Amino acid sequence: MKQRIIVGAHYGFRDWLGQRATAVLMALYTVLLLAVLLVQKPSDYLSWYGVFSPVWMKIATLTFIACLLYHAWVGMRDIWMDYIKPTSVRLALQVGTLVWLLACAMWALKIFLQ
Amino acid sequence: MSSSTAKPLKPRPKHLNLMKIRLPLPGWVSIMHRLSGAAMFLAIPLILWLLDKSLGTEIGFDVVKELLALWWIKLALAGLLWGFLHHFCAGIRYLMLDMHKGIDLASARMSAGAVYLVSIPLTLLAAWQLFL
Repeated sequence: MKQRIIVGAHYGFRDWLGQRATAVLMALYTVLLLAVLLVQKPSDYLSWYGVFSPVWMKIATLTFIACLLYHAWVGMRDIWMDYIKPTSVRLALQVGTLVWLLACAMWALKIFLQ
Repeated sequence: MSSSTAKPLKPRPKHLNLMKIRLPLPGWVSIMHRLSGAAMFLAIPLILWLLDKSLGTEIGFDVVKELLALWWIKLALAGLLWGFLHHFCAGIRYLMLDMHKGIDLASARMSAGAVYLVSIPLTLLAAWQLFL
């Protein structure tokens, strides 16, 4: 197995870039959602449900959620790395963060695919 | 990290009194960007719950509508919206800086101010719509 690099130059570049890429994608979805809401102006259950019922909107929303997971993971990991020095505590918080995000992802799948 | 030939160092001076440290404006934008991100991370399940309830059944939609009518819920939502808008605007600024646009000190301080000049009015606009 190729030696994984975890220190020195280039380590972290993927996450750095991934955080920026997901940021741009999420910004685009935000504009899209705002436009959809301004055009459709949902006021009752049917119209609100109608916003998210087209397949393309479900796909866009779930893509947004996927981006959010990665983006939030990198952000929270940076926070733990910056402030939590004891390794065992940091590891626990990182695992907790991942579980939290994965649970949210699965809940989102349920909401938009039910 | 220590070399075998290093002389023993005195403990390095350290000043961590947050109440006395004066942060420049870009510094405030930066820490608020981090705080708003962490706050939104914690709020994800709340938002998902609101979506689940309101999209699930008509009764659920009415429950959410009633909840959103409560003033303190509106206040909390407005706070979350400010967090989102700040994070969004500060994020755009960071993307510009990543592309090396506006990296000199004067421009960086101006763009930091711009983050507040844009995010605060947008927040007030959103809050006004909420409390309408």
